[in-house]
Amino acid sequence: MVDWRKTEEQLFKGLMIASLLIVLGSLAAVFIVVVIRGAPALSLAMITQTPQGGYYLGKGGGILNAIAGSLYLAAGAIALAFLISLPIAWYLNQYAGRSKIAAFVRISLDVASGIPSLIYGAFVFIIMIGLHERVSLFWGIITVALFITPLLTRGLDEVMQTVSPKLKEASFMMGATRFETLWHVVLRQSLPGIVTAFLLALGRGIGDAASVLFTAGYTDQIPTSLGDAVATLPLAIFFQLGSPVPEVQARAYASGIILLAIVLALSLCSRILSQRFKKYVIK
Amino acid sequence: MAGKPITISHLNVRIGDRNILKDISVSIPPNKITAIIGPSGCGKSTMLKCMNRMIDLVEEIDIEGDVHIDGENIYGSGIDVSLLRKKVGMIAQTPNPLPMSIYDNIAYGPRIHGQRKRTDLDEIVERCLNTVGLWSEVKERLEDPAAKLSIGQQQRLCLARALAVQPEVLLCDEVTSSLDPVSAKHIETELSSLKNDYTIVFVTHILRQAKRLADYVIFLYLGELVEYGPANEVFFHPKDPRTAAYIEGVFG
Ligand SMILES: Nc1ncnc2c1ncn2[C@@H]1O[C@H](COP(=O)(O)OP(=O)(O)O)[C@@H](O)[C@H]1O
Ligand SMILES: [Mg+2]
Repeated sequence: MVDWRKTEEQLFKGLMIASLLIVLGSLAAVFIVVVIRGAPALSLAMITQTPQGGYYLGKGGGILNAIAGSLYLAAGAIALAFLISLPIAWYLNQYAGRSKIAAFVRISLDVASGIPSLIYGAFVFIIMIGLHERVSLFWGIITVALFITPLLTRGLDEVMQTVSPKLKEASFMMGATRFETLWHVVLRQSLPGIVTAFLLALGRGIGDAASVLFTAGYTDQIPTSLGDAVATLPLAIFFQLGSPVPEVQARAYASGIILLAIVLALSLCSRILSQRFKKYVIK
Repeated sequence: MAGKPITISHLNVRIGDRNILKDISVSIPPNKITAIIGPSGCGKSTMLKCMNRMIDLVEEIDIEGDVHIDGENIYGSGIDVSLLRKKVGMIAQTPNPLPMSIYDNIAYGPRIHGQRKRTDLDEIVERCLNTVGLWSEVKERLEDPAAKLSIGQQQRLCLARALAVQPEVLLCDEVTSSLDPVSAKHIETELSSLKNDYTIVFVTHILRQAKRLADYVIFLYLGELVEYGPANEVFFHPKDPRTAAYIEGVFG
């Protein structure tokens, strides 16, 4: 006799392992291809120099312009997005509760998270044309902030929703106001999750090419002000990859390694930080 | 401290369209322990929450009537709920330490009520932990997360936290029900030693506990105040047949 319960158990276990292998396998494949193709072109100059004359034909220099540009852009965008997201998430959790407004805001944010970043880029581009503005770090920051804000807000919102009402009551019982409860209790309790949501959004922002294509521009210089055009790593990869020169194509992969390294460093930071903040969390 | 009684008059509480408390009027004496007893769901917690307005957090709540504490109607206009809750402390059924260190848990209340000086806070923390008999157990690890304490220790921490803002009244909602017998005993002992300085109202469904601790007893049944009086009278000479039945264990 066939033991169906056991077969079922085996079947689902197999399914889960297969899915896991597909995900891990593709990740490994991407990683290996990028590293194999990029490693020979990786050099100290890549990360310490801006492009020299003839860089895009295979001559000397590096992509420090794009590394710095991406970091500036991502830092500015995440700071701006965070300033907007945190109050919205707080409002949703502490004041709006389960009201119709809260449900509406949440749905809107979910929809906004699904809009391709290119559309945000195009939207800001139209505004820039209307204002006779040129591509710059400033507009790049606005665009990236705009497209990661819905993601970040919903991330923060979900994290804060997990804070138990009992914990908030403990604070109210002591005579704390809603803001004090938010600031001292909800924030502390959800800090590990906030860090994760923050770095997830940062990772999305730093890796996106489409949103900054029309808004941040591209340049071989490191920007010195918000009004300067700015290069970004995803665009640097895009342009180098399009080159017919094999050395330049290899550099595209090397730039990919650099971008991967940055993203990896960010996730590591997030793990370490959120581990540290977990110390006081009430389970 | 000879305080004033807590006077509840014609208190009606509705949640949605259900009448949870029906025309409750009672005067709870200061510096005594008053127990609220009654079967589960009869409105004990609700009545307790009406005394520090934690009931405000319940959705679709409708409250009529007055509760006077210190001669002031706490449902009157111009009442500062934050100050009310400072004066009327509360300890919940399950220990609910805040996500911070042992020290910060105690210092939380004083801090939000304006106490900032480290030396004052140090003094408050030590005194309150001493009152609940926790000081010697935790003085070496005040910076540890409160969640690391045992459940029994956490409940004593919550008691100490309530004491830290110098309340006049302590509301305790089945505070021993999630504890082991030894920790429960600890809390009971601490509560009875606190009654000289505080007006204590505590909810329990354990009759023996009410007998051990209470000076006065309120018996609630289906949202009605059935009987109120000195503990001995309610327990040994109940006037209402429903009280008698409850005390005999008829409705458990
Ligand atoms: N937040 C709430 N929403 C709806 N009904 C509630 C709420 N809290 C309490 N009740 C109802 O009020 C009644 C009294 O509850 P409670 O005061 O907690 O009783 P007790 O503490 O005596 O067990 C119960 O029937 C309960 O279902
Ligand atoms: Mg109860």
